[in-house]
Amino acid sequence: MSLPKRIIKETERLMAEPVPGISAVPHDDNLRYFNVTIDGPSQSPYEGGTFKLELFLPEDYPMTPPKVRFLTKIYHPNIDRLGRICLDVLKANWSPALQIRTILLSIQALLGAPNPDDPLANDVAQRWKEDQNAAIDTAKEWTAKYATA
Amino acid sequence: MFSGYTQLSIRILTSLPLPCSPSVPLVATVNLPTPPPYTRQPTETGLTPCLYCQPSRQNRCLAHPATTTCNQQRERLPVLVILRRDLGLPPVSTTLPRRSSRKRKPSSDHSASTGVNPPPRKKVDVSGAQRLKKAALPATPTTLGSTAMDSDDEFSGHSSMEGFEEDAFDSDMSDELVSDMEVDADAGFDSQDKIIKPGRKAYEVDYRVYSPAEIRAYQNDQINDVSRILEQPPEATAILLRHARWSKERLIESYMDNQEQVLEESGLGEDSAGPPRFQQIKGFVCEICCEDEEGMDTFAMKCGHRFCANCYKQYLAQKVKDEGEAAHIKCPGDGCNRIVDSKSVDLLVSTDLKDRYQTLLIRTYVDDKENLKWCPAPNCEYAIDCGVKPRELATVVPTVRCKCSHDWCFGCTLNDHQPAPCRLVRKWLKKCEDDSETANWISAHTKECPKCQSTIEKNGGCNHMTCRKCRHEFCWMCMGHWQEHGNSWYNCNRYEEKSGSEARDAQAKSRQSLERYLHYYNRYANHEQSARLDKDIYLKTEKKMTQLQSSSGMSWIEVQFLEGASQALQQCRQTLKWTYAFAYYLARNNQTEIFEDNQKDLEMAVENLSEMFEKPADQLKDLKGDMMDKTSYCNKRRIILLEVTAERLKQGESHRSDFGTSEANSRAGAWEFNTDLSA
Ligand SMILES: [Zn+2]
Ligand SMILES: [Zn+2]
Ligand SMILES: [Zn+2]
Ligand SMILES: [Zn+2]
Ligand SMILES: [Zn+2]
Ligand SMILES: [Zn+2]
Ligand SMILES: [Zn+2]
Repeated sequence: MSLPKRIIKETERLMAEPVPGISAVPHDDNLRYFNVTIDGPSQSPYEGGTFKLELFLPEDYPMTPPKVRFLTKIYHPNIDRLGRICLDVLKANWSPALQIRTILLSIQALLGAPNPDDPLANDVAQRWKEDQNAAIDTAKEWTAKYATA
Repeated sequence: MFSGYTQLSIRILTSLPLPCSPSVPLVATVNLPTPPPYTRQPTETGLTPCLYCQPSRQNRCLAHPATTTCNQQRERLPVLVILRRDLGLPPVSTTLPRRSSRKRKPSSDHSASTGVNPPPRKKVDVSGAQRLKKAALPATPTTLGSTAMDSDDEFSGHSSMEGFEEDAFDSDMSDELVSDMEVDADAGFDSQDKIIKPGRKAYEVDYRVYSPAEIRAYQNDQINDVSRILEQPPEATAILLRHARWSKERLIESYMDNQEQVLEESGLGEDSAGPPRFQQIKGFVCEICCEDEEGMDTFAMKCGHRFCANCYKQYLAQKVKDEGEAAHIKCPGDGCNRIVDSKSVDLLVSTDLKDRYQTLLIRTYVDDKENLKWCPAPNCEYAIDCGVKPRELATVVPTVRCKCSHDWCFGCTLNDHQPAPCRLVRKWLKKCEDDSETANWISAHTKECPKCQSTIEKNGGCNHMTCRKCRHEFCWMCMGHWQEHGNSWYNCNRYEEKSGSEARDAQAKSRQSLERYLHYYNRYANHEQSARLDKDIYLKTEKKMTQLQSSSGMSWIEVQFLEGASQALQQCRQTLKWTYAFAYYLARNNQTEIFEDNQKDLEMAVENLSEMFEKPADQLKDLKGDMMDKTSYCNKRRIILLEVTAERLKQGESHRSDFGTSEANSRAGAWEFNTDLSA
């Protein structure tokens, strides 16, 4: 099955004009499957870490959003143990006019601004609300432990 | 060999929590096509609890504090299933001539014995059943909610059951019917304020059944009305109304206050004008598919987010087909809140999806309106309009009948549960669920003959059992002598509260409360099961009737009385079932006894009718008149019970704050419950 023009264009642009702190490289044998890395934003508990993700473009992309998941363990109220991400643009607010690039930027922004009021990982969110400093310390520890080479 | 025998599960008996015992063989006394006696091993433990022991009986068990001998083991006998007919036994009622004669003149006999005088036949039978029918009539499609229907339309929706009733009643009722029609026919979608009209039965509510086409027509009328007032095109008005949850007044008011804000919030943005159309634009590149072909059709709504027509179409198809969205589809542009209006959808969506889109719109319309609900029957597409509000459910049980003939409660959408109010039903079902382990064993389908201890398996709906072995006749429910039931039904439906001395023992107390619950649960479950069995037998009989029809030359109409009887049985058992949940929560006082008397009368009428179904099909032809009398009597008893119960329930209206909790209710003549039903 040939790849839609939209996916080819997006991939070309991701290669030609990469976003700072983000890389997305398609698999050789499956051009809908991307290896992604996102650098933790500065002044966040994830600063200094490089997080691995996988991204898959489903058959009806861009009518449906890409599927994205963290591979690196991360302590974050909107990301659960399986790496699934709670982010509106990946769900109800997806628009076919959005792109891989914009989605990855949104994820990077989520690392810089955790939202414990819309949690996916309840235990983390709970701790984030009760004792934010301790939660941030844990997030830093995990970053150092799992997200640095 | 045993194709006609429904093997009932007795597996549950093995996990009985109570230690009481008579473990004995099974002998069933039902009429079934294939007869040969057969043996089956008793259950593993062989334990059958004797919950049904009457206080007067000698053999009592550990479950009954004052007893000693019940837990003794009896000799195990082989399990037998023996059919009454195979034994050459005569049909049950011919062995009881006295009861038969009772049945022939049910109304006079029973009004004397119950203390509740049945109202004159005309009023009860016709106004009850016919009113229900009337309420369930189809609305005239084009003039929804505006005019009365003529009587021809009215009779087009009859089921055969109703046809039968008419047959049975005086024919001069049709005039009254038509005039009733005219009074009620204008009850439309917005008739919330006139729920219970004077002259209506206390247990009935106003409602109307609507087909999807009728709802669509009504919705469109409403849209067009508001469209003229707001001077907005209908597509935009539809979006505005949906956003306002179909509150016309609220929409118009806020629109007059701040037009721009209302448009913005509803996803219409700036003023919309001009019909939606495709455009070709030089040098256009579609942001979604990256196509840039010259002369390609493109589309944008007022917000200006332009995409190629193909992408727009694909986007809408995805939303409608895969995501089931309709009323709230937004522009595909990132972050744009503009709602795609129906005219744009018309332009962009294929014909088959347009139907689905319309269906989805209607669905949101019904979901949005408090006075509209879909009929919960599977695959039924009708909706019902009823003005009963959630807060009224403590005092009204809004049973409605859909055109598909499903009877359901508008308050909670469960199956008809009159006379019990929704909250009592919820409480009862919760209790049954919690206690299902304990309750399971009581719903087992086997019991021992109270005389010879042979075990009886019940296969028909009738509660009049005749032991195959000793020919003892008894009541399946209370295990009492059937003859005594013929006279007064002593305590079959009534739970005899134990004396205070027994209640002192804590264990006795908890067992007693379990026993009390099981008393009611057993009867509740029994009517549920009997209704199913009645239906089974009816279906078998119906088959025979069809054969009879072709051999004897009886017309289809002539055999319809069977269906009428079957429907009456189903409906009455449904009511009886819930009277036991109701009675469980009733505080005991003299009102309770009136309730139980009515319950008893209905139960007796039902059992008498149910029994007739066990007769061989070839006898049914001659029993037509008798059966029709019994059917009409059943319906009458049901109406009386519902009427009396509903009236008292309504008395709680002025004391809603302490519904079911206080003496205030009792003083006002309302039901007094032994539990707080407001929670
Ligand atoms: Zn016992
Ligand atoms: Zn396109
Ligand atoms: Zn837009
Ligand atoms: Zn229905
Ligand atoms: Zn209900
Ligand atoms: Zn016996
Ligand atoms: Zn009985």
